[in-house]
Amino acid sequence: MEKRILKDENDRVDGIFKVTGKAKYFAEYALPGLTYGVLVTSTITKGKITTLNTKAAEKAPGVMAVLSHLNKPSAPGYEQDGGSPLKIFYTDKIFYNGQPIAMVVANTFERATYAASLVEATYTKEQFNTDFDKAVADAKAKKLQGQPDYKRGVEDAYKTAEVKIEEKYHLPIETHNPMELHGMIADWRPNNQLTVYAKTQGVKATQGTIANVFKIPNENIRVNSEFVGGGFGMALRTWPVEIATIMASKYLGKPVKLMLTRMQMFTMVGNRPAAIQTIGLGAKKDGTLTGITHLAFGETSVYENFTEGVVNMAKFMYQCDNVNTQYTVVPVDLGVPIWMRGPGEATGAFALESAIDEMAHALDMDPLEFRIKNDPERDQQRNLPFSDKNIKEAYRIGAQKIGWNERKNKPGSLIEGQWKTGYGVSIGVFNANRGRASVKGILKADGSLVLQSATSDIGPGTGTGMTLIASKLMNIPADRITFELGDSSLPPAPSQGGSATLSTVGSAVNDVCVALKSTIAELAANANMDATSNFVEVLKKNNLPSVEMTKQSQAGKEREAYSMYSFSIHFVKVKVHGLTGVVKVDKIVSVGDSGTIISPKTARSQMVGGAVGGVGMALTEESVIDHRYGRYINNNFADYHVPVNADIPEIEVHFINKPDPYINPMGAKGMGEIALIGFSAAVANAVFNATGKRIRNLPITPDKILAST
Amino acid sequence: MINFQYLRTTTSKSALSLISKDKNAKFLAGGTNLIDLMKRGVATPEKLIDINHVPLKQIELVGDTIIIGALASNTAVAEHPLIKEKLPLLAMALNAGASAQLRNVATVGGNMMQRTRCGYFYDTEMPCNKRQPGSGCGAIGGFNRMHAIFGTSEKCIAVHPSDMCVALIALDAIVVLANPKGERKILFKDFHRLAGDTPQLDNNLKADEMIIRLEISVNQLAKNFHYLKVRDRASYAFALVSVAAALEISADHKITEVRLSMGGVAHKPWRLTASENFLKGKEASATNFEEAAKLAMKDAKGFGENDFKIRMAPNSIIEALTVATSKA
Ligand SMILES: Cc1cc2nc3c(=O)[nH]c(=O)nc-3n(C[C@H](O)[C@H](O)[C@H](O)COP(=O)(O)OP(=O)(O)OC[C@H]3O[C@@H](n4cnc5c(N)ncnc54)[C@H](O)[C@@H]3O)c2cc1C
Ligand code: SF4
Repeated sequence: MEKRILKDENDRVDGIFKVTGKAKYFAEYALPGLTYGVLVTSTITKGKITTLNTKAAEKAPGVMAVLSHLNKPSAPGYEQDGGSPLKIFYTDKIFYNGQPIAMVVANTFERATYAASLVEATYTKEQFNTDFDKAVADAKAKKLQGQPDYKRGVEDAYKTAEVKIEEKYHLPIETHNPMELHGMIADWRPNNQLTVYAKTQGVKATQGTIANVFKIPNENIRVNSEFVGGGFGMALRTWPVEIATIMASKYLGKPVKLMLTRMQMFTMVGNRPAAIQTIGLGAKKDGTLTGITHLAFGETSVYENFTEGVVNMAKFMYQCDNVNTQYTVVPVDLGVPIWMRGPGEATGAFALESAIDEMAHALDMDPLEFRIKNDPERDQQRNLPFSDKNIKEAYRIGAQKIGWNERKNKPGSLIEGQWKTGYGVSIGVFNANRGRASVKGILKADGSLVLQSATSDIGPGTGTGMTLIASKLMNIPADRITFELGDSSLPPAPSQGGSATLSTVGSAVNDVCVALKSTIAELAANANMDATSNFVEVLKKNNLPSVEMTKQSQAGKEREAYSMYSFSIHFVKVKVHGLTGVVKVDKIVSVGDSGTIISPKTARSQMVGGAVGGVGMALTEESVIDHRYGRYINNNFADYHVPVNADIPEIEVHFINKPDPYINPMGAKGMGEIALIGFSAAVANAVFNATGKRIRNLPITPDKILAST
Repeated sequence: MINFQYLRTTTSKSALSLISKDKNAKFLAGGTNLIDLMKRGVATPEKLIDINHVPLKQIELVGDTIIIGALASNTAVAEHPLIKEKLPLLAMALNAGASAQLRNVATVGGNMMQRTRCGYFYDTEMPCNKRQPGSGCGAIGGFNRMHAIFGTSEKCIAVHPSDMCVALIALDAIVVLANPKGERKILFKDFHRLAGDTPQLDNNLKADEMIIRLEISVNQLAKNFHYLKVRDRASYAFALVSVAAALEISADHKITEVRLSMGGVAHKPWRLTASENFLKGKEASATNFEEAAKLAMKDAKGFGENDFKIRMAPNSIIEALTVATSKA
């Protein structure tokens, strides 16, 4: 592999590799003797496998093994009781349609695919329900608390307010659908040495999970994941199908590769859970918010529980003395969900930010003005000051750039032929996390610096950001710095999720650079050199080819004294066609308020990607299931609509770019999630402003516009 | 992956003799539909006869007739100066279909022969009368948002997904078919079928036949035309409904000739004959367009999730007519 090198601030360390095909993704490691696994999946939704006939498959050309619960390939962690009930190949239970029940391994992918089609299963079927709406409505259905109830002041205060609204918002299942398909290459060697090439957002987490299941020491496991073709959250855990791949390699003593099909991406690696939310808002006639109630139901599976932060935002985003929230998860017979970009907060923000717009309309107030009026000075939930928050400035910038003054408060006022124009705004917020990470720095006498950490880069530009932090601190040109990641043998770092990597790993880069600098200063003093001498001279004078050190970094007490969040404001202008109901997004302005911007190019690209994802969430994305069969209907790229270029207008991105004084040495906060959170509400609000039609059921497809009165 | 034999031929004659010998053989053109169907186990041909090298890519004007070879790519047709000038409706409809990458390899014959995109048809675990006659129709009572509102049967409510064909039916194209005995011609409107009791049959092409070209008479419809495709995203999505409209307008704003057809509403491209008859000789006015749209919807029937089409379709007819007639 060539080095990841950055030429200037507007470059990416890996851009050239990605556009020239040199970036190597997990599936591209052509190990000698590689064999291919193909999965057989259940065709019923709930019940038990009664028979599994693998004879024909075993006899098919090139087939080396058929793994299933019949032969239980060795995985000591699965032989114990407890743990996840979906222990692949250790259970005959079927929890959902499309669940993997066997894996055929052959010497070519085509042969494995053919042989997999020969495996025959019979089942005893049980009654099932995959319909989330039905489960929520069913009084007898199982319901679990997803988060402790929250109350501040009077419960349901909105009910007695001067002006009140109470509305229900629906979100369908969405599927992450990164371009790169999920899978793994596993290479189990004698003496329990394992190398895997993975698609993961956390090489250390993957290593830990594998160690647990196979009961081998972490040191025996090397997880490589240098390039990831998009994760959006679905690569935040090690899925049963990855465990199955390792089982197969261990069983056969050969490297095994598994790559899911696009259809399997809908059933084996999670989804954004469906949600039904009720928001009640109360306000005084002058626009002061007096009550917020946020009640949410989220989808989960019957075999494993999944919860996320759907109702978090309601607790602190607006100045309001009376707030109560409740979050309940309801199991259905589908695969377990997982965080999808912006996770639960994006789900919650759709409801809350739509409702805020509805309240502004009820009050006959400009929704921007209404938001500014209720912008909190302190975090009322935790009773702490915000470490850094510049929302009013962000509102001002965004409003000016989108042309908010053209907007009319009365819906349906801007009409040109059949096209109706509208403007919408919303806010996104996400916890500004900072975890614990280690980085090793190797400063060399040839003038270069190598930094290493077992973090990941699923696309946001981690390598670029880290390089820029080091370059600035060390005063070393970026093209002399290499940042190595995606390898579990490097110093530990957490998984890339929750917008925390820049803050967490970046701090460790900072700390190791500071330490290296002081080491150089000491060495300079020892050699009677000037303290400002160049490190190359200092190392040479000391006859050292390099110095290296490792630093661990984590947040201090500031986190208890301040409430730390990243914010984003999204402005959207849409045109809606009166006769056909088609919605065209005409312009997007997103303003990020997330501390110092380390890498302008990759930061912008985060916001652009979030906006595109937001357009998808608002207008096009929905995974459809036929509840009579429990099977997905649109599980392919032709029918599951992610936005295409033609859907995306000009996207303007602006940043406040002021350091947060408390978060970390760089003053920089994460922005992967805020890029998406709230966006869908801005679109829905703009559609309302254009047409007077309030769509509370995503995605806003043309039929819904026509059906709404 | 089920094994199959791959054969390549360079003449239509040998292609026809190969196909007539073997009922489990299929022609391979661009492959954008057939290969997908094979991957999903919906089509399981034992022989693929690659016809891409058969010289049927011509796009030319012969006398008053425009000839389009069955193997001309969708892009070649849409971008051809002759088509852009004389049949702009066809070019517009083609460009509304699929994506540039698909259009570059998809052919005219393949586009006509493409099968429905009904999700149940593609999933061999689901019932579908079209794929497996007698197994039932999954879409009735299921996910039928994309499905037909006209000419449906109890056996199948699928739509023909093509955009190109919606323009071709409006343009009164003639399909020329070849078989081992010679050639026959069939009107485009008679090429595709309604589902009826035989949903497994999409069209009237016989097992030993091949599409070789289209013939379209030069017309006066190149000025006032529009192809409106209403879809869930701006490109690379099948039509919820689509409308092809082409008119000839006299100096006093009377409609002297009109062609109207729809896609996304029936098992075949749907010609709106009653609306056409109503509009002929009338003024190109909003009221008349509304009346024409109303007439078109006479026998429309929804199946639940596609009920919205009963509103979207007439609206789209009005919009297409309005845009077509506002071109100076
Ligand atoms: C993701 C996706 C999106 C799409 N979106 C659209 C869209 O929006 N609008 C649209 O109109 N289309 C769309 N299409 C469909 C596309 O237009 C068709 O797949 C294409 O036109 C088929 O042409 P082909 O040459 O590739 O056919 P092939 O796949 O090669 O063949 C299709 C069938 O036609 C038969 N055949 C081919 N040529 C002949 C001939 N000369 N005589 C007799 N039989 C023949 C074959 O045997 C086969 O059964 C889409 C396709 C995909 C995959
Ligand atoms: S509509 Fe037609 S293609 Fe679809 S399931 Fe019914 S029979 Fe099959």
